[in-house]
Amino acid sequence: MTELLVGTKKGLFVLRGDPQAGEPFEIATRAFPGDVVEFAMRDPRTGRYFAGHTSGFYGPRLMYTDDPTGEWIQAEGPSFPEGGDVSLERIWMIRPGEADGLLYAGVAPAALFTSTNDGESWSLNEALWKEHQAGDWQPGAGGLALHSICPWPGDPQRLAVGVSAAGVWITEDGGQTWRTGYAGLVPEYMPEEAREDTNALCVHNMHRAPTRPERLFMQFHGNVYRSDDEGSSWQEIKAGLPSGFGFPLVIDPSDADSAYVIPLIADIDRVTPDARVRVFETRDAGSTWAAHGDGLPSNEAYLTVLRQAFGSTGQGPDMQLYFGATSGDVFGSPDAGSSWFHVHERLAPVTSVRVA
Amino acid sequence: MAVVLLRAPLSQRAGNTSDHDLPGSTVGEVLRELERRHPPIVGWILDEQGRVRPHVNVFVNGERTGEGSAVEPSDVLHVLPSISGG
Repeated sequence: MTELLVGTKKGLFVLRGDPQAGEPFEIATRAFPGDVVEFAMRDPRTGRYFAGHTSGFYGPRLMYTDDPTGEWIQAEGPSFPEGGDVSLERIWMIRPGEADGLLYAGVAPAALFTSTNDGESWSLNEALWKEHQAGDWQPGAGGLALHSICPWPGDPQRLAVGVSAAGVWITEDGGQTWRTGYAGLVPEYMPEEAREDTNALCVHNMHRAPTRPERLFMQFHGNVYRSDDEGSSWQEIKAGLPSGFGFPLVIDPSDADSAYVIPLIADIDRVTPDARVRVFETRDAGSTWAAHGDGLPSNEAYLTVLRQAFGSTGQGPDMQLYFGATSGDVFGSPDAGSSWFHVHERLAPVTSVRVA
Repeated sequence: MAVVLLRAPLSQRAGNTSDHDLPGSTVGEVLRELERRHPPIVGWILDEQGRVRPHVNVFVNGERTGEGSAVEPSDVLHVLPSISGG
């Protein structure tokens, strides 16, 4: 049985099904009805579920539970220190760390929070927050967001995060100090003469290859990049894609040369190119890309797939892939992208998809 | 003490009670006292800086106010979602 956590503009949908046995996905529960659920995931180490959601009236909060069909508990935080003028706007990402009980949360305005007690309480990473305040960070269209968190397997001291729009930040001392990873990123949305010195680098998504952790893949605002030096510098790999623009990105954890993206036409037209839906896969670190559309809408399809709305489970040829669109459709692949099926339709606009 | 009137879901987070007699000389003080007595409501009406959330309305005796407005012991506060959120 596969369990999907589908965050939407109107609540969290928990879908359960068994694609390999041919059992369709059905809605097991809908939590936080009426609220935007920006992100939901399950920590595989403890089985605990987390959801970041925002009431249009009562603001954002992080909730957790051991049973998504039951009661959810509100975590202590993340929240900014009292006495300032900054308030939490949104939770973009929750990610397990590389130590018992350690989790990270990326939020807007862009900041990193850490929990050392399995997500029950959260504290601000002060060092990165100081970089934010000193750096005149500017928001992208979706706000000023820390949305990508890439731990280094086995080493809790090393971490890379992606910020829209303040680029890549890297720590090697557990978050006490941070350095940038800007080299090679080209902000084509800036005047050419302003590109070299800008920190307005609009990272859309970033993932680390666990079997070769110095390698990361990035979906950027108008390009796709790869880094082979821990995120310090980046090489363009968009050749072969219909567009360099898009938001989500997934990797096969067993293959350091793999990445999947779902391109959109451009920043001024954020829908799937050629009126059809396709997922693009590389197995050679971005030298070539293969299009996958078998089972996906192939005509008159103008879908938008958001940053966190693409998830996976497993690895290799049996890896399952799932993504959702703002149309309320969710699609899945039981065979690493070779074929696709309609998981569900007519949900609310999908903001995130993760496999529990 | 002022009376604070809540509706669901706020009342559910405040001990499943809609009427609360609370001390305080400003809207902010009264609502902080509500949070102190009912921690599950922390962050729902006031943000972490003590500001009334943008899409929450607080009325004192029928007049919409902010966290800094004065409150008298005989006042009645209604906390309601605004028509702009959701």
